[in-house]
Formats: sequence, structure tokens, C-alpha cells
Amino acid sequence: MTTLAASVEGSNPLLNIGIFALFVIITLVIVFRASRNTKTASDYYAAGRAFTGPQNGVAISGDYLSAASFLGIAGAIAINGYDGFLYSIGFLVAWLVALLLVAELLRNTGKFTMGDVLAFRMKQRPVRAAAATSTLAVSFFYLLAQMAGAGGLVALLLGVEGSGAQALVIAVVGIIMIAYVLIGGMKGTTWVQIIKAALLIFGALAMTLWVLAKYGFNFSSLLQAAVDKAGKAGETLLGPGKQYGATGTSKLDFLSLGIALVLGTAGLPHVLMRFYTVPTARDARRSVVWAIVLIGVFYLFTLVLGYGAGALVGPDVIKKAPGGVNSAAPLLALELGGPVLLGLISAVAFATILAVVAGLTITASASFAHDVYANVVKRGKTSPDSEVKVARITALVIGALAIGGGILANGQNVAFLVALAFAVAASANLPTILYSLFWKRFNTQGALWSIYGGLAITVVLIVFSPAVSGKSTSMFKSADFAWFPLSNPGIVSIPAAFILGWLGTVLSKEHDEKKYAEMEVRSLTGAGAEKAVVH
Amino acid sequence: MSTTDTGGPPDTSDTIWERAHESTEFRELRSRLRRFVFPMTAVFLLWYLLYVLLADYAHSFMSTKVFGNINVGLIFGLLQFVSTFVITGLYVRYANRKLDPVAEKIREDIEGPAKEQA
Repeated sequence: MTTLAASVEGSNPLLNIGIFALFVIITLVIVFRASRNTKTASDYYAAGRAFTGPQNGVAISGDYLSAASFLGIAGAIAINGYDGFLYSIGFLVAWLVALLLVAELLRNTGKFTMGDVLAFRMKQRPVRAAAATSTLAVSFFYLLAQMAGAGGLVALLLGVEGSGAQALVIAVVGIIMIAYVLIGGMKGTTWVQIIKAALLIFGALAMTLWVLAKYGFNFSSLLQAAVDKAGKAGETLLGPGKQYGATGTSKLDFLSLGIALVLGTAGLPHVLMRFYTVPTARDARRSVVWAIVLIGVFYLFTLVLGYGAGALVGPDVIKKAPGGVNSAAPLLALELGGPVLLGLISAVAFATILAVVAGLTITASASFAHDVYANVVKRGKTSPDSEVKVARITALVIGALAIGGGILANGQNVAFLVALAFAVAASANLPTILYSLFWKRFNTQGALWSIYGGLAITVVLIVFSPAVSGKSTSMFKSADFAWFPLSNPGIVSIPAAFILGWLGTVLSKEHDEKKYAEMEVRSLTGAGAEKAVVH
Repeated sequence: MSTTDTGGPPDTSDTIWERAHESTEFRELRSRLRRFVFPMTAVFLLWYLLYVLLADYAHSFMSTKVFGNINVGLIFGLLQFVSTFVITGLYVRYANRKLDPVAEKIREDIEGPAKEQA
């Protein structure tokens, strides 16, 4: 990552900065306009529940398509071929879990956070504290990964050298993000997501068509060109196994990653919170449908872009470029459309980081203010105004932490943080959400065991895995305290959390039949659900 | 209905929920939902798992070329996209036809009297 200091050859930093600045100005104006109607807690956390299904669907894809999925997957396909494509399939299929099992029921039952649903028929304080703990953990891991990447990436695209200047870039990214969240609340953040998603998807579409046109719209000839460009080992790009097929352990690691990806999405708190921004469960369903279509189409674009970068730029050039794998898409843009297209694609990558980070921050601040402050500390005796005030202060603190963490982690290999966020979401959140919605007998002790158990097991296994120590690709290369062989703990931690949730439940007699009846009727019919705010 | 932020949902009489919960309509709604989503979830998870296992452990099979440079693995991968889109479409159709009308009726039954009380 230290090689990121130098900029991509042929890029024009001034042009890139100009396009970035334009994006920031336009979005800030929109955020200011959105802020005029942000008054109540429902406005701040859930945009007054006034977005339509399609709007929210676009915003979800904006939240979900992070820099990792744009630059990371395109780069992985360019270098490792088919294995890069495998990621995108897990990321897409995961949405069926959200569509079939989670989105609508969650929208009907809760108000602002995951804790609303989990604590519905349980003892409020312990379950909300647990839900907030895992929400904050997932948000923080994800946030740190984005911010650490942001420094290197923006520095690469802007040509900012030296760690001091990069720290400044990270701080600027963080401050703009805090401005979005504080001024615009959920409504402003949602508009940033929508604009960013539109830019990202149209940008990828344009490049995809451009690449395909170069090969007469024949995907097979594009693959052939990628194989030829890669030299001797080119043929291996077309099949699986280049990245993960080396040993039995690496194969098991991939299986574990695949499971965490498919089960993690429906437990990501910033995705869950988006379901509250629409007026009804039906709109929540429509948003997931839009998200699935947009995300699916986008991943098909990245398949073309990845092989296109392999064919037109070549894996050797990409690996040697500043930014390595992440530079595949920017280099392809440069190859196709010169500095102007590179500037546009860089602006899109920048917008992507800003929007994802803003979405995470508002989720974490909502969970702290609504679950911890209002319900655990104040036991529900607080006004919505003071709750929103706490949420804003929390957003400021989280923003500061993200800037600090991003500066410290700049140049570190923190790629495992995204895998960690997904693994915690799949282990601590998803089992508890599913039990809570579908299992009558489930109770407080079961919820606590599955959340804290899933969280603890995942974090411990990651800390003692090769992702953190003992390998040349680890965060700490010189130390070796790894005893767990896999970098992805999902294959152990997810079943363990399900078992703990079951065990905790059957070992406790607590059971609230009446509340379960109410929750089930509410979740399936939407009776008594929070309505949209009319301004 | 009250929307004060007490953390929990607004208060409504317990008996309304319990009566709705025991009604034949609600039982029908629940069984219709579960009849669709549980088997469908099993289907797409197993189908995905099959794909991951093949990509992970059957490299030569997945690398078999079908036409041009398009191999079995690529077709399998694209079929995952197709199945995801198809299941999405099937669920939306099912929910619009079989779930929404029943849910709406139960909701009106509950919210009707609740509004009069408030």
C-alpha cells in the first residue's frame, strides 16, 4: 500500500480534483436542501419514511457498492480472473436472504434500528445494549476499512504524496462525510447515495460498452485477448482456482468466505436501516427488487471491466502500478478515454467512499442514540429532540474516530476488516434476527448468547488467524500468534452462533407469548407500523 | 396512535393482537408466507453452495470449454445471476397475489378499531 504515494501515470491531478470538487458542491447543495425538512427523530433517522421503493433501491445499491466492489472486484478479475468473479456472486445471491426473510418483516416491526426488532419481545435494556454493541462493531470495522482505503485511493488518483498530505486527504474526506450526516440526516445521506449510485452505474455501463465495442461485442474474444495479454499462465484466468485453489486450507477458506458473504448482507446494520426509509413493507420489497437488479447488472459490468483491464492494460502493468489491484479500473479508464475519463472514474470512486462512509456513520450514530442512550441509559424516558442531539454528537465522535483510525491504518493491510464485518454480521446479527422473527420460543438469553457469542467467536478467530499475524500478507508480518488456520471464520462462527442462540433459549424459562403474538401479527401485516411523515 | 419514543411500539390493546393472531385469516397468511420463503431459501442456498463447492473443488470440470472461451464455470456463475433474478420475480408475484391482500385485510381489521379508540 505504501506504493500508493505516486499517482497513476498520465492522470491529471488538477482535472481530477476539479471533478471531485464539483461532485462535493452539488451533493452539499442537495444535502442543504434536504436538511430544511429534517426536524423530528423520524426525519433524522429514517428520512421521514418518505422515499419511494425505487429511490430507496438505488440508495441501497449506493450503500452496498463500495470501493471494494468497484475497484477491488474489477482488479481481482483482471489479476486472478475467475476467482474475482466468485466474490460478486456471493454479494448478489445474499440479497435473496434480505428479500425473502428480513426486509419486509423488519420494516413492519421496527422504527429506526436493528435493536427495535431484536428487543421487541425481550427484556429491552440487555438486548438493545447487545444489538448496539454488534451494530457499532460491524460499522466500525467496515468504516475503518473504507477510510484506510480512502487515503491510499484518493492519494493515488489525486497524486498526493507523503503521509502528511495523505492524512490531510483522509481528514477532508471525513469532514465532508460528517457534514453530509449532520446537515442532511438520513434524507441528505440517502440523496448522496442515489447520486453516487447513478454515477457509478452509468460510469461502469459506459466503460463496459466501450470495452465490448473494442471486441465486436464478442465476450469470448475479450476473454481470448485477456488470456493472450497475460502470457504463459493466461489460460488459468478463465477457470476457478488461481487465487484460492492452492491448498486444502485455502479452499476451505474460500468456502468459509462464500458462506459469510451470502449470510452477512442481510445482517449489515447500514443495509437494515435503509428499510426504514420507505413508507410500507411493500415499498421495502420494491427497494430490494431494485437493489437486486442494479447490483446484479453492476457485477456483470465489473466482469467485463475486469477482463477488459486484463486485456487492454495487462496484469503485469496493473500489479506494478501505484495502488496495485485497485488501479485496474482507473487504468482501464485512462486507456479507453484518456485523462478525462480517468478523472470521471476517479470522482466516482471518491463519491463511493464518501457515500458508504456516511451511510455507516448515520447507522452507528442512530444505534448509539436510539438503543444505548434513549433506551438503556434513559430507560425510554427522553424526548426525541434530545435523542437526535445525541445522535448528531455521536456522528461527530464517530467521524473523528474514523479520521483518526483511517490515518493510523493508512498503508496497513486492512483488507481483512471487510471480511470481518461480514463475518460478524452473519454470525452475531443474522441468527438473532431470524430467530427473533420466526421462532416463537426465542427469548432474551438466547438473543444475548447468539449476539455476544457470535461476536466474540468471530473476533477471537480473526485475531488469531493468518489475516492478522504470521504471514507475509498479514497485518503484523513480524509476529506470529496465529493458531486458527482460516482468514475467514464464518464456517465456524455462524453455526456456533446459531447453536448458542438455541442453547441460550432452551436453558431459560422466559417466554412472552403475548408479545410474540403481537410481534408476529405486526411483522406479517404491517398493522401499527410507523407511517411516513407528511411535511 | 401514539408515536412517542419509548423505544417500544405504540401501545394498543393486547387482546386485538391476540385475537388477530388466532384468526384463521392470520394463520393462512403465515402458512402462505412460510410455505413460500422457507423452501425457496433452502433451494437458493443449496444451489449457491453447489456452485461454491464446484468452483472450489472441481476446477477442471468448471474450466471445460463449452463454446469459444466460454466455460462451464462462467455459465454456472451467470446462472446464479439468472436464478437470483427469477426467484426475485417469483416472490414479488407471489407476495402481490397471495400475501398482500390478506395482510391488508387483517391490518384494516386491527387498525380500524384502534383508530377509533385513540
